[in-house]
Amino acid sequence: MENSDDTRYQGILKRPPGHAVLAGFERDTVRCVKRPTGVAPLIALGALAALLFLLSLGIGSVRLSPITVAQALLGGGSEEQRIIVQEIRLPRAILGLCIGAVLGLSGAALQGLLRNPLAAPSLFGAPQSAAFGAVVVIALGLADVRSFMLPLAAIAAAFVSVFLLLVVAGRNASLLLLILAGLAISSLAGAATALTMNLAPNPFAALEIAFWLLGSLEDRSFRHVLLALPFIALGAAVLMTERHAFRALALGEEAAQSLGVNVARLRLLVIAGVALGVGASVAVAGTISFIGLVAPHLMRPLVRHDPARLLVPSALAGSALLLTADIAVRIIPTNADSLRVGVLTAIIGVPFFLYLIVRERRSLGGGLA
Amino acid sequence: MNEAAYLTAEHLRVRLGGRVVLDDVSLSLPHRGFAALVGPNGAGKTTLLRALAGLLPAEGLVRIGDETVASLAIRERARRFAYLPQGPVVHWPLPVRDIVALGRYPHGAIDPSRLSPADADAVARAMQGTDIADLADRPVTELSGGERCRTMLARVLAVEAPVILADEPTASLDPHHQIEALHLLRRAAQASALVIVVTHDLGFAARFADTVLVLDRGRLVATGPPSSALAAAVLAEVFRVDAFRAERDGEPVIVPWSAR
Repeated sequence: MENSDDTRYQGILKRPPGHAVLAGFERDTVRCVKRPTGVAPLIALGALAALLFLLSLGIGSVRLSPITVAQALLGGGSEEQRIIVQEIRLPRAILGLCIGAVLGLSGAALQGLLRNPLAAPSLFGAPQSAAFGAVVVIALGLADVRSFMLPLAAIAAAFVSVFLLLVVAGRNASLLLLILAGLAISSLAGAATALTMNLAPNPFAALEIAFWLLGSLEDRSFRHVLLALPFIALGAAVLMTERHAFRALALGEEAAQSLGVNVARLRLLVIAGVALGVGASVAVAGTISFIGLVAPHLMRPLVRHDPARLLVPSALAGSALLLTADIAVRIIPTNADSLRVGVLTAIIGVPFFLYLIVRERRSLGGGLA
Repeated sequence: MNEAAYLTAEHLRVRLGGRVVLDDVSLSLPHRGFAALVGPNGAGKTTLLRALAGLLPAEGLVRIGDETVASLAIRERARRFAYLPQGPVVHWPLPVRDIVALGRYPHGAIDPSRLSPADADAVARAMQGTDIADLADRPVTELSGGERCRTMLARVLAVEAPVILADEPTASLDPHHQIEALHLLRRAAQASALVIVVTHDLGFAARFADTVLVLDRGRLVATGPPSSALAAAVLAEVFRVDAFRAERDGEPVIVPWSAR
């Protein structure tokens, strides 16, 4: 018995003299079973997002062929076409691309941090809170809609809401607890927004405020791109640099800590990254929900459930989803106003969320993660 | 025992939620060897393990080699102590190899698809040693309990840390896998590490450990080889049991027999 043990555990028992050679051999035996995911799916996703981006430039009340779009982009075509493509549709498409990406990224990061596939910014009341932050600035006349005060206020409010949520729910909170706390926070933010509208000293403010209640990318200018993009880029960078810690977190917070992950710092950074991305998005486009839930979910099988490698595909899928939704609202016929993209993402996202709940019901009922 | 003390604790005291969970614990363990940490429920075993690894704030001093644990950077600390928490969970169905590769995280290998040759070797050694090389590509959530336990042990061994702290690594394993896991840890201890294992199984402690640490209500009440630390008087006083004692193949057998 001792003998068979000896051979069996030899690997750690002794490192033989010819160690380097043997080790090289061992490595190959372990390595030859290779991961299937490569760059090909990423390139495909990127190409899809690029295609939708171009499509988005061609679709609207005036339809333009891809060739005309390309010409107009490069400074050719008629002046009217150039204005439509470069000044009206390009900012809209850029915002769709970037906001979709950062929402997908935020969802994937929150899911990695909380180790749960049902986590998402919109379920935690982050966009609603960000909208409240923006509305307060407008209602109190602190700044106009084109000021940097707006994204800053939205980011601050989003940060406070997610921070508060994680504090209220506690360190090892079950998802049920998080979603309940998120529901409370979104209700509070919604009520506070309504109250602010009632109390707004400026009657025109109410009109502007309604803008944040449901997300839209319509009629955005490069000013909006400028307002949001720096913060979105910063938030995305923060989330991306921390991504590998999510893999260690798969073993739980304590084990991650023992592996050298500063979990408290990580939590703050993720909250900050999500707040930057979501806050800046809401400041220029209003609340657009469920991209952060749907995109990581669709991409997870592609990366074999690796929470770190999930981030980039989720960003690309988020872009593709939001661009698609924003194209759809321009195609779907309506009576008066055009359809808002936030309405569409919610109409698709909520049933999707319910479907996920049904699928995850057992672990949700189990409560403690 | 005291020759070349490697891991020492002086007057450790831990308060959790206003309650003193560890009180004036001092110990000294050598560079390599297998130590079993035993004690009744709520004695503070897990807390002591965490305090030694610097995972929770404690009064007193823990030294590893000639450094104090509190002064180590978090990565540095993670390279000295490989920690296996109680009832380890994995939240995502990651492949076994990536889980084991997390053992190299403290060494800067944060991306398992880009391991340096040295890190890849350590991962391969750990997987070979725990006999899970064949499982490398399997999602960890699809493994049997024994396979998952070996994967977790491999993750801990892959750190190649001088100190391994394992909190009830054999809980919820069948007898075969319990014995296997303890053999593994003992081999690691003989090879190059100080292994401290929390266990409720006095029989395993008596058989496998070089040193037994007995905790009772936050205090270290006995330390030494199994014969003295698990003497009848200690079992009676701390565990409130009488034990059946025997010997098999030169190794002691202790079976708690009757409650006092």
